[in-house]
Amino acid sequence: MVDEALLRSLTPTVIGTLVRRGADFAAAEDAVQDALIEAVRVWPEDLPQDPRGWLVTVAWRKFLDAARADKSRRNREVRVEGEPVAGPAEVVDDTLQLYFLCAHPSLTPASAVALTLRAVGGLTTRQIAQAYLVPEATMAQRISRAKRTVSGVRFNQPGDIATVLRVLYLVFNEGYSGDVDLAAEAIRLTRQLATKTHHEEVAGLLALMLLHHARHAARTARDGSLVPLAEQDRSLWNTRLIAEGVDVLQAALARDRLGEFQAQAAIAALHADARTAEETDWVQIVEWYDELVRLTDSPVARLNRAVAVGEADGPRAGLAALAGLDPALLRYTAVAAYLHERDGDPVTAARLYAEAARSAPSLLERDHLMRQAARLNARLRD
Amino acid sequence: MAKYLLLKHYRGAPAAVNDVAMDQWTPEELSAHVQYMEDFAARLEATGELVDHQALSPEGTFVRYDGEGRPPVTDGPFAETKDLIAGWMVIDVETHERALELAGELSAAPGAGGKPIHEWLEVRPFLAACSTITE
Repeated sequence: MVDEALLRSLTPTVIGTLVRRGADFAAAEDAVQDALIEAVRVWPEDLPQDPRGWLVTVAWRKFLDAARADKSRRNREVRVEGEPVAGPAEVVDDTLQLYFLCAHPSLTPASAVALTLRAVGGLTTRQIAQAYLVPEATMAQRISRAKRTVSGVRFNQPGDIATVLRVLYLVFNEGYSGDVDLAAEAIRLTRQLATKTHHEEVAGLLALMLLHHARHAARTARDGSLVPLAEQDRSLWNTRLIAEGVDVLQAALARDRLGEFQAQAAIAALHADARTAEETDWVQIVEWYDELVRLTDSPVARLNRAVAVGEADGPRAGLAALAGLDPALLRYTAVAAYLHERDGDPVTAARLYAEAARSAPSLLERDHLMRQAARLNARLRD
Repeated sequence: MAKYLLLKHYRGAPAAVNDVAMDQWTPEELSAHVQYMEDFAARLEATGELVDHQALSPEGTFVRYDGEGRPPVTDGPFAETKDLIAGWMVIDVETHERALELAGELSAAPGAGGKPIHEWLEVRPFLAACSTITE
């Protein structure tokens, strides 16, 4: 078996090396994909001493072959001439540059996600297509368009870490469909990014992912239905991931440059810290939501804050916090239903749960909300 | 990205602007129509937005379970009044606006006289997989 994690972790630095030698990014990326496929074929028989050097050599050969084929086909000058200089490949790590390029602001979020998973993550087009439930041909086009979009971007141009973090967050949030665990892949890529830059929000996002991923096994019941946080079996939470998440977060917070991911991670850490749902420190959670609202001014943060206020100061206070928000907001009705039930009004709550189910964005949530409505209606009939 | 189903109806949708039955079109108009649909799908594949598309036969049958050990009950075909799906296309697009834009273009497929049919298409969002951070 090939060590796929090793192979994939080498992908960005090998692409970077080819680009430094004069290949354009799109051609370098294709050549490295070909080299990865060859490695999967050859390595089980004959693992090279220097896997990175092997990949550089093979990818460079693939690149030259493609460039020559291209040259004879189009009968025009190729930018790169000749064989590479012999000797060890220069070790300059361009991984960070590659993150920036693949999350370039000129790309749509979906294109940036696809390109990042391929060029930084080393996933094949087929794997990415499966993960996003689209045909391979469609994903191949999405990736090649993305490469065309960034073809004019200088590789060594400094990028914006915020766009990179948004892309990684999207990958993480996509969850667990297909045979690629995108949440685990997002964690791997964020962990790798954290070794290349000391930006506190990278640490914040990594902590957030670790703390959420730690609850993965407890989030769904045996029948596949959603288990809300308060009802989760906390013995299923992964304490190793929680400990790592808390460490990463504390180191980031100590630098005193708060950002939205650190604030979100702090909230996740407070949940992780409670041995039972009743022990949850809702007062502190509300304070972190206040920070989050201050940092992002996001309606979603305000909605979640209303839930936390409902727990800290009672459902009436939660409903008051909800009052100022736009009822068209995603999950507004679900939150309202929850708070009304807590407030002792099951008739309103049942009606709102059913209404929320009809507008739920996902199947699991719809089923969960419909079950809440059914539970209350059954109790009301008794 | 979000997936949408674009539904085309034989019956059941409001009448199209250029509402002439297909068997009244010229063969050239039919070919132009088919070509438009193929080009549309090819273009969406090239933009990385196509998931799948199929046409359906108008001959459908309703089927239901009829109890243990009994063959299923079938019924139909049905009278002209009922809603009937002619075909569908699944797209994976960045925004709801984009889904509407594409449905608008698909509705412009040429019909009688080579003019756009302006038929009504139904746009239905998929229920997504559950996102990880929702609690």
